[in-house]
Amino acid sequence: MSKQQTPTFQETAASYLDDTQLRRNIGHATQTIRGKRKGVVQEMPDWEALREAGRALKTKTMRHLDDYLLQLEESVQEAGGTVHWARDAEEANRIIVDLVKQEQVKEAVKVKSITTDEIGLNKALAAEGIQALETDLAELIVQLAEDEPSHILVPAIHKNRAEIKALFKEKLDADELTDRPEDLAEAARLYLRKKFLNAKVGISGANFGVAETGTVSVVESEGNGRMCTTLPDTLITLMGIEKVVPKWKDLEVFMQLLPRSATAERMNPYNSFWTGTTENDGPQNFHLVLLDNGRTKVLADEMGRQTLNCIRCSACLNVCPVYERTGGHAYHSVYPGPIGAILTPQLKGLEDEGAASLPYASSLCGACYEVCPVKINIPEVLVHLRGKVIDKKKKEGSLRDKLEPEHVGMKILSRAFSNAKRYERAQKIARTGQGLFARDGMISSLPGYLSKWTSTRDLKAIPDQTFREWWRQRDE
Amino acid sequence: MNISLFITCFNDTLYPNTGKAMVKVLERLGHSVIFPFEQTCCGQMHYNTGYQEETIPLVRKFVDVFKDAEAVVAPSASCVGMVKEFYPQVAQRAQDPQLAKAVDDLLPRVFELSQFLVDELGVEDVGAYYPHRVTYHPTCHSLRMLEVGDAPLRLLRNVEGIDLVELPDAEECCGFGGTFAVKNADTSVAMMGDKIKNIKSTDAEVCTAADNSCLMHIGGGLHRQRGGVEAVHLAEILASTEEQPL
Repeated sequence: MSKQQTPTFQETAASYLDDTQLRRNIGHATQTIRGKRKGVVQEMPDWEALREAGRALKTKTMRHLDDYLLQLEESVQEAGGTVHWARDAEEANRIIVDLVKQEQVKEAVKVKSITTDEIGLNKALAAEGIQALETDLAELIVQLAEDEPSHILVPAIHKNRAEIKALFKEKLDADELTDRPEDLAEAARLYLRKKFLNAKVGISGANFGVAETGTVSVVESEGNGRMCTTLPDTLITLMGIEKVVPKWKDLEVFMQLLPRSATAERMNPYNSFWTGTTENDGPQNFHLVLLDNGRTKVLADEMGRQTLNCIRCSACLNVCPVYERTGGHAYHSVYPGPIGAILTPQLKGLEDEGAASLPYASSLCGACYEVCPVKINIPEVLVHLRGKVIDKKKKEGSLRDKLEPEHVGMKILSRAFSNAKRYERAQKIARTGQGLFARDGMISSLPGYLSKWTSTRDLKAIPDQTFREWWRQRDE
Repeated sequence: MNISLFITCFNDTLYPNTGKAMVKVLERLGHSVIFPFEQTCCGQMHYNTGYQEETIPLVRKFVDVFKDAEAVVAPSASCVGMVKEFYPQVAQRAQDPQLAKAVDDLLPRVFELSQFLVDELGVEDVGAYYPHRVTYHPTCHSLRMLEVGDAPLRLLRNVEGIDLVELPDAEECCGFGGTFAVKNADTSVAMMGDKIKNIKSTDAEVCTAADNSCLMHIGGGLHRQRGGVEAVHLAEILASTEEQPL
């Protein structure tokens, strides 16, 4: 990820909240999918056991990640593939760009992959005159619109049919287009089919890499991924190191958890698994690029490491009341929503102001944890990261940071609360202090920090008698 | 039973009537209650905002105040959630095994009011009378952290005269979220707007919940809009009787 500072969630959320079309599109889409998910999860009698199995498998894998990665490397090589190791985005981009250049092509077809977005691969390829063509329908929409994905699984969730029709008419020269989903898909199909048949290089991400067998897998809904992983001569797969699973049979658990959580389907439509290369069948050159890019740093944090268990189903996005209202772009990361709010700050580091704002982009309602198929306790990690943000502020913050009303207030209240006498004194001061603002037991306008409350809500005023004063009186 | 009240700083200062109501209900059921004056705050606001070092003295204080209690009962699901979910982590952060042990020892004796009444005392009818149309908002921490289930609803269903109506999309967060309500005020209010829309669709006079913090947010929004719906803590409804109505 780039070292440039990204804007904070707080700064930009308002503009997304004001976008009525976006609110409608995302609200409708997330409500629909979460209703469906609930249905297909409730019909599974062993769902909780499956979640626990998923969590346990991932935890075990992370505990021995080094061993499994070396085993994966060996298995892939044995099956005829080549394995590359990339420390960071720059290194991964260099490896992939060089591999594509070796094939002397100007175009590569891509399977939907957030990991390639994480490293900014399309840009890196473009800088060398190579066009990376997104073939997932939604990714294609986003690419044609020169937009950014706003959802892990449904990158164009923020766009509706009418917007897509207008885009295709302009960019795909499809004059006679209606906004029926079938027609829109057909227009994309006609455009993409030619590209697939001429492609020499395919680029993909990976959902799973099996250490035991060297099998790599992509799970998708449209079949474009299958085209990309079978038609070109050369296939390059970028895989985050956390995507390794120990054994083939482990997939039994994840292949049940993933589709129900992601698209609310009982079984995923296109599941591609390949093991190295096979003579005269499919790609003859297979390269697996294993990416760290901050992941080992996440692994080192005892509390934070559960973030790496994520299988990118995006169920947490679909149930998140914050995501539902702001959409994905407010997170300024390829990983939006609750999982993004814990993954992005850990990958990017808290030096980035935008990333450091993300752990606060949550009301800690816990809906994400409830649906997570591998039981990542997202609220717990959010709070843990908030602790790190504040620890950092205390250590390295400027004088201005330390004079922020919240920072000062927290310090004062901590002291007041640790002693009952001081606490009672603070209650009295607050009651006297509110005098100017309270009317009929309510406050409708306050200055400074608390104006953020009173600009939209009235605030209950402190009544004349606290509970403890009442109790004292009652005792007498 | 001898019940130690943990009123919480929030209710002590802003909502004393909720504390008084809890006293009334527990005494009506024949229990004796005590209020240890040394209590202050559970530390949730500090902990959840990231001021975790500052939480340590508050956890020590809580444990010290309540360590010998037979049962500690609080009219706040989120404060009890803080105690039950995060106190062990605070003790770990303090690197104090003695504190960790004291926390482990105390936790099973700390209860949220509705859970205490229904699950511990096995009481669903507390003899309340409240002739109003009421809708119940299950707060996130009561629902997903403490898992109080339908304990508050069981209690409400047994209130005489009540007209209890179901809240659409009840399990969605109201947008309070502690300092989130100020830090991310725009998003918080967008969430509140939908909650209020759902509350108003029920035609209720009163919206109730197991947490005054969420109710302060919802109630503050309703009051600003002159919405004609009041936010009232569950304990106050349970305390109300025909002789002494709320």
